[in-house]
Amino acid sequence: MTALSLDGVSHAYFGRTVLERVKLDVREGEIVALVGPSGCGKSTLIHIAARLIEPLRGRVTRTYARHGMIFQEPRLMPWATAEDNIAFPLRLAGLRGAERRRRARHAADLVSLDPSDLSKYPIELSGGMRQRTAIARALVVEPDFVFFDEPFTALDVALKRQMQDLVIAAARQTRFAGLFVTHDLAEAVRVSDRILVIDERVRGIAGERFISLPESARDDDAVFATVQAYLKEDPLFAHIYDREGRSIP
Amino acid sequence: MMRFLLDRLGRLGRFLWSGWVGVAGLAVFAAIWQQGHEAYGDFILPSPLTTLAATGELLRAENTWRLAEATSTRAIQGFFLTAVLGGALGIAVGYSAAAMRLARPLLTIIMGVPPIAWIVLAMIWFGSSTGTVLTTTVVAAFPLVFANVAEAVATRDRALEDMARVFGAGPFQRLWTIVIRHVAGQYFPALAVALGSTFKVAVMAELLANIDGIGVALAMSRSNLDVAQSIAWVVIIVAVIFIVEYGVVQPVRAELERWREAARPWGVRR
Repeated sequence: MTALSLDGVSHAYFGRTVLERVKLDVREGEIVALVGPSGCGKSTLIHIAARLIEPLRGRVTRTYARHGMIFQEPRLMPWATAEDNIAFPLRLAGLRGAERRRRARHAADLVSLDPSDLSKYPIELSGGMRQRTAIARALVVEPDFVFFDEPFTALDVALKRQMQDLVIAAARQTRFAGLFVTHDLAEAVRVSDRILVIDERVRGIAGERFISLPESARDDDAVFATVQAYLKEDPLFAHIYDREGRSIP
Repeated sequence: MMRFLLDRLGRLGRFLWSGWVGVAGLAVFAAIWQQGHEAYGDFILPSPLTTLAATGELLRAENTWRLAEATSTRAIQGFFLTAVLGGALGIAVGYSAAAMRLARPLLTIIMGVPPIAWIVLAMIWFGSSTGTVLTTTVVAAFPLVFANVAEAVATRDRALEDMARVFGAGPFQRLWTIVIRHVAGQYFPALAVALGSTFKVAVMAELLANIDGIGVALAMSRSNLDVAQSIAWVVIIVAVIFIVEYGVVQPVRAELERWREAARPWGVRR
């Protein structure tokens, strides 16, 4: 069963075509990574999939029930406490206060946020805590689909790992499907089931690779070996670290 | 609940404690005033103590309270009108870039016309009535509130709005949960300024249009050459503004801006 499918999606900014006739299916419980250099349109693609941008042409069909999204920046409301931020989607859905609190506490627990931090404002929290709060906010709706828009790019290496583990654990527990945008191939190999490479020159998906490693075997060495193999031997990944704009001589 | 009350009590305590600095400032002001009094004599500048006595005397008279009430009622009506109109129109215009561009020259015109000219016009339209005072106060204070709100809406955080949209918020939910909170940060400072100018303009309009209130009382003490009483009236107006600002505007603002307080690190001198 597909959870999300994009069909013939095209988009352009000011006449410059970024995506052309993109076709993409995500099955239930499957996490698909979108990788590619910056400016290749992967962010546009996930925004279209999440219905934040209306595509110029094409159709987005979703058969999942509820989604959550984690952005590159935490995007927390500075005037609300961590708990209120986590419960925000529930508030939008019109849930009662007590029920909201109960579920926010549960979601905070999933991402190991300390209960004493829940009454703090985002400005009082560290960068990692803020991103945890954002993850909890995405999980609080008990989603069966989660959009990840380069969620851990701004975090340091150790924190990034911790967050990836958190996502992997949450995905295992609640079996959500997901679309994971990243420009870090190692991250894609760690968290996803399938990698799609987005390329500017084909204005869409250049190709896909299923990750053959079972989840339990994805330790550092295996991930590193897979990434190296992709980069050295697979022509599909030849351009993913290309820079935007003029090349530096 | 207990913590909620303690929080508010703490805020009140801090505010009262910070009053000492205000008293110190006033003492410096009174000292300079006293110097001026000793240099120029009782007629030009009565001493602070004389003025205080005159104020006390005014406060004991029943008529004073009636006049203060009349002026305050008008000013507060004008203030509320400004707050509601400025807030609502500001939000409506802030959402549309085209309306923003159209509104800017209009604001320049409205702000360019001196308040005194508005008083004259309002007197022609409404005569010596409350309508004149209301018109002038609103015209004087509205552009500030309106421009601030519109600017705040135009510079709202689109990233937060997108976040709300992803989680299923419609336009009104976004307005209510994200935009209003963002706007409040600029709305209340603007209201605090508007409040002061509303009272000042109300008194001026009363004085010029001869409408029963503090303005007229001020004009009368002037024609009686009673300088101490004139200053006493000014003291009363300032006191009323102070009460409304710190009794209504600032507490509401503080309630909405609690998170800013949280951002302040420990041990910072207030």
